[in-house]
Amino acid sequence: MSINAISPDYESHIVFRDAEQNFHGNRVIYVHWEQHLSFCSAIAFPLPPAMPFGAFVEEVIKPHYAAHPDAAHVDWSKLVWMIDGEKTAPDFSKSLAENGIQHKSLVRFWTPGLDGYKSSAS
Amino acid sequence: MSAKKLGLKQRYAHMTRGLDWETSYQPMDKVFPYDSFEGIKIKDWSAWEDPFRLTMDTYWKFQAEKERKLYAVIDAFAQNNGQTGISDGRYANVLKLFLTGISPAEYQAHRGFAFAGRHLRGVGPRVAAQMQSLDELRHLQTQIHTISHYNKHFDGISEFSHMHDRVWYLSVPKSFFDDARSAGPFEYMIAIGFAFEYVLTNLLFVPFMSGAAYNGDMSTVTFGFSAQSDESRHMTLGIEVIKFLLEQHPDNLPIVQKWVDKWFWRGHRVLGLVAMMMDYMLPKPVMSWKEAWEIYYTQAGGALFQDLARYGLRPPKYADIATAEAEHISHQNWAIFYQYTHAAAFHTWIPDAKHMDWLSEKYPNTFDKYYRPRWEMWGRMAKEGKRFYNMALPQLCQTCQIPMGYTEPGDPTTIAFRSSRFRGETYHFCSDGCKDIFDAEPEKFAQSWLPVHQIFQGNCGGATIPDVLNYYRLANGADNLDYVGSPDEKLWNEWQADKLKTAV
Ligand SMILES: [Fe+2]
Ligand SMILES: [Fe+2]
Repeated sequence: MSINAISPDYESHIVFRDAEQNFHGNRVIYVHWEQHLSFCSAIAFPLPPAMPFGAFVEEVIKPHYAAHPDAAHVDWSKLVWMIDGEKTAPDFSKSLAENGIQHKSLVRFWTPGLDGYKSSAS
Repeated sequence: MSAKKLGLKQRYAHMTRGLDWETSYQPMDKVFPYDSFEGIKIKDWSAWEDPFRLTMDTYWKFQAEKERKLYAVIDAFAQNNGQTGISDGRYANVLKLFLTGISPAEYQAHRGFAFAGRHLRGVGPRVAAQMQSLDELRHLQTQIHTISHYNKHFDGISEFSHMHDRVWYLSVPKSFFDDARSAGPFEYMIAIGFAFEYVLTNLLFVPFMSGAAYNGDMSTVTFGFSAQSDESRHMTLGIEVIKFLLEQHPDNLPIVQKWVDKWFWRGHRVLGLVAMMMDYMLPKPVMSWKEAWEIYYTQAGGALFQDLARYGLRPPKYADIATAEAEHISHQNWAIFYQYTHAAAFHTWIPDAKHMDWLSEKYPNTFDKYYRPRWEMWGRMAKEGKRFYNMALPQLCQTCQIPMGYTEPGDPTTIAFRSSRFRGETYHFCSDGCKDIFDAEPEKFAQSWLPVHQIFQGNCGGATIPDVLNYYRLANGADNLDYVGSPDEKLWNEWQADKLKTAV
């Protein structure tokens, strides 16, 4: 135990507040559109691990980024994806879990040629 | 025969040290169970120096005098409708941020110093901590009374204490103090007494109080004066505690250094809210955050750590990163609130052309290149009737609980993502500073109450935005959204029209 606590049984009282079982069958998944910092940070969603990656793109990612003027110009077949630090080519027909997405995974994507408003990364 | 009056020094000795005793029914270790588990070694408690030598009776007299003056000004301000004389209706949002974000922290500080004032074995620091505990309670009370006048006119103020425990961004100052108060008394004293009250306090206090002065808010200025003499006593306590710990035993140095590193970074993150207030929320800005950081941290802090170097203490880890972030942090924070304006208990706005020019001048390296385009784009969208909102919830840092909106050191176009694994689960951080803090005590920070995750778990009133606003007691359409079009703006414009009429 690295924490220095006064109670010797501190360990047994830890509340793992964000354990996967607390999310009613969902996993928390973070998504971030690189070079588009109008979206101030990655955004978070509770999603079923069995959701197909394609549905994740269509139903979650696209509508939430639609407000950006670049969104209309994205070629969704030419994205660069990264899941938890690894560059990868997700299979859209397979589930999030099958694509290696865990609870609290981070999915980042780049849209080559689109670097935000006037290429300012905004 | 009249009794001879005691000198100040003698009085202090009798009224503080003289009130202490060695317990005999119970061993001292049982009476003071909290002051040894942190590993701090104290050889001689009596070596504690208190340059103020303040005793309780004089303390009450001083404070009562200050209260009388403060309340006279507050009354006069109310009678003269001082609220109509502020620089602009937007200024009220500074007070909302202060009352919801800072004032409850005064209460937390009160509780924390009361704890230290009970559990430190030495009577010198115990008395000093007790007085600071009372000061902090007084600060909370006088802030509530000062700002309550604005509550009669402006939205977003009345539910401040309920909000502090629930609203997503208020979990930033709240968790900061929860962390300090759930530590031992020595860490608390270094965290709040030294790192916050000594190293960083001028970055909190001066911006709000001079901001008030520049923007015609005389009641808050008077509160500031009333707290000033307390603050200098708090600073003295902060510097005394660190010197005392470092002088008592060489084994204390690595422990104290770890706390200084941790609490500097945590304080820096909380102060990002002040940075945004200074650069964006004051209708008449005082100075930029970058300038304030240069004066109050780089110069003053630099001299301080040079002085403390003789104990082997080095400046806080990542101070260089914090200094580099001074170019960015206010812009990134105001952008967070602009896009989440629907969930904030104060109003937001896009800086006007004149204000943007001021920002360009103050931030020649960053504003025009990275942040002006963002405001321009959003300004254009708003004009087209497509005001930009972020309709998803942000990823939060496990340590500081701020949306992970800070960029890589040296690359303002890329978000800094950091993570750690602990007992099979991933935790995310906004910075190396926040990651280090987690890695040192993962058992503690795995328990963070992250507002976004709590909403997903169903603990915040429901899944929709109105459900959550309800849970926050945040009145939709009044407390939140843009200043333009708000009831606050309408009221302010009426006051201005009335002034014109009376002038004619
Ligand atoms: Fe205070
Ligand atoms: Fe953080």
